[in-house]
Amino acid sequence: MSGMTTRPDRGGDPPPRSATGTGSGVTPVPAQPAGPEETTPVGDPTAAGAERTPAVPAPPAAGTGPATPADADPARRPDRAQYGVCAFLVLVGGLVIADASRIGHAVNSADPIGPKPVPILLGVLLLIVAAIYAVDVARGGAGEPEAGEDVDLSSPIDWRTVLLLIGAFLVNAVLIDRLGWVISGTLLFWGSAYALGNRHYVRNLLIAVALSLITFYTFAIGLGVNLPAGVLQGIL
Amino acid sequence: MDNFANLLDGFANVLTPMNLLIALLGVTIGTAVGVLPGIGPAMTVALLLPVTYGMEPTQAFIMFAGIFYGGMYGGSTTSILLNTPGESSSVVTAIEGNKMAKAGRAAQALATAAIGSFVAGTIATVLLVLVISPMVSFAVSLGAPDYFAVMLLAFVAVTAVLGASRVRGFAALLLGLTIGVVGIDQTGQQRLTLGIPQLADGIDVVVVAVGIFAVGEALWIAAHLRRKSGEVIPVGQPWLGREDWKRSWKPWLRGTAFGFPFGAVPAGGAEIPTFLSYVTEKRLSKHPEEFGRGAIEGVAGPEAANNASAAGTLVPLLAIGLPTNATAAVMLAAFRQYGIQPGPLLFERESALVWTLIASLFVGNLLLLVLNLPLAPAWARLLRIPRPYLYAGILFFASMGAYAVNAQPFDLFLLLVLGLLGFGMRRFGLPILPLIVGVILGPLAELQGRRALQLSGGELHGLIGGWVSWLIYATVAVVLLWPLIGRFVVRPLRGRLVTG
Repeated sequence: MSGMTTRPDRGGDPPPRSATGTGSGVTPVPAQPAGPEETTPVGDPTAAGAERTPAVPAPPAAGTGPATPADADPARRPDRAQYGVCAFLVLVGGLVIADASRIGHAVNSADPIGPKPVPILLGVLLLIVAAIYAVDVARGGAGEPEAGEDVDLSSPIDWRTVLLLIGAFLVNAVLIDRLGWVISGTLLFWGSAYALGNRHYVRNLLIAVALSLITFYTFAIGLGVNLPAGVLQGIL
Repeated sequence: MDNFANLLDGFANVLTPMNLLIALLGVTIGTAVGVLPGIGPAMTVALLLPVTYGMEPTQAFIMFAGIFYGGMYGGSTTSILLNTPGESSSVVTAIEGNKMAKAGRAAQALATAAIGSFVAGTIATVLLVLVISPMVSFAVSLGAPDYFAVMLLAFVAVTAVLGASRVRGFAALLLGLTIGVVGIDQTGQQRLTLGIPQLADGIDVVVVAVGIFAVGEALWIAAHLRRKSGEVIPVGQPWLGREDWKRSWKPWLRGTAFGFPFGAVPAGGAEIPTFLSYVTEKRLSKHPEEFGRGAIEGVAGPEAANNASAAGTLVPLLAIGLPTNATAAVMLAAFRQYGIQPGPLLFERESALVWTLIASLFVGNLLLLVLNLPLAPAWARLLRIPRPYLYAGILFFASMGAYAVNAQPFDLFLLLVLGLLGFGMRRFGLPILPLIVGVILGPLAELQGRRALQLSGGELHGLIGGWVSWLIYATVAVVLLWPLIGRFVVRPLRGRLVTG
């Protein structure tokens, strides 16, 4: 059972419920409490504790509908940054609508719809979803950050590492055509390894150069993939 | 037995020394990359796309088949030896698999996973051969309105059925559809290009896939990198004793039966069948007390289900052009690189290519078994790779692959923007799959929808075609209204059953 409990549900259908919908015969769901109506309001305090630690089985009572009032959880610090996602959706929706309204009348008998309605529809849907999202957040809904083998969710986001990585990435993007892949790729790998906390400068440089040379010869020379030689043109 | 002849031709294409070598190479690097922690099957295929850029389509497809199965198998090795799997489809395998490994039975866990994957993969590929023809002739009969409906169903299914939160799923889907709109429309109008000439041709699906899967994931993991990485359990040569065989073969077959159909339907994915398989094995086992402490059935069944569902996803992918999981979506992007659009026409136009792909699935599966049993200790060593090198390497190869698509640095900036989007989505729990399906299927859905409305002169009834579209719209309605149906129909009924 615990396979599904690693993703406690917030404000929506938990996976076990979708299993009910599709595999009606063999229902592996923890037997829904006989009288769900009774447990839903009462189950709140236990739900509050369970939501915080993914190891505890998700309370079946909490996931009976999208964002039932019981989901609002006073003990949990609300994730207000989610309103930023709503704002982002509004921004994208607005941009899509603005861009689409600029499109002129391009309808003919072969294409009675034209290029305009689809982006307009998308923009409107984006605005609607942003609104519903905001309501969900206000009711205490929260998305579950993605877990993984090397992910330690108990630590806060390490912005220094992320920004350094973005820097290394941009260095490669800016220099790749000027200096060529072998140099820019070396900088990318070396910079990323540094950003991620590896301090074997010389060893990393050797690995980075080797990796760039190997990929350049295998892909650009061997397989004909587009990788620029840059300033090393004629040398490589 | 037209299919059979075609399949034999496919085998003839694969079984040349050069192509066998390519298959072996595909399986090997697929497994090697798939084993690396933090890299799931979808990212494996996305990162390895450039490897096939310089190849002929046939050879590229042979390699893809190997990468596909290799990546799947590599992922389960990681979850058995390291626990805390990154892929949701490996979650169930990790439950018993990691317990077995901790109890000193890692060799048996890996062996039952490898042999089970082989058995399930082979049976499921046979099933694929059997059902693909009826599926294609069904798909040929579909008109533009039906296609539009099918894609709508795919959108709703990946968004509302699979994820944990519908509103977040729809947000991801809409963002994907918006990315798909970018570019010059068939009428010659620029849409969302923001005056940037490089966007006129649209955003390349490969760049989206690599950006969201590889760059987004690498940035996200870097932000939360475990300073002390998980403990890798050492392993010797995998083998199974007589008792293990006895306990494994039935779960393999049952797992296959669960996996294949779930892979083939749009709301598939491997989570549900692996989970069902686990529960079934637990119920049927003669050793239920071992479950939770490392029962071999709990590895054998779900692993078989996982692999069978992977083969199942190829049915809608090849026959209709419909990706039902992330890996299939990336495969579809790879096909597009070669100007190949999966769907019923593919079987007419590129028959040799498709059957070669299917034949190489069989071959790849066998190679995987031969390769994995002796090489398991080597794979286990890969798990110890220093994390800075691993994630620096992901960024390195992602940049290389994205740049190589069009040879323009602009794509690298785009890659970073998409990577940051992927980062944000992981932070806020927005599912990735709806976005990628939206990017891939959005333009097609618009095309089919506009084609359908062309026949009706713009009237909305043009979107309703034959009985297929009715059936699909009804399904879509049920899926969308399920929470309400659950509250007002199912629960009162259940309540009455209990009280009565």
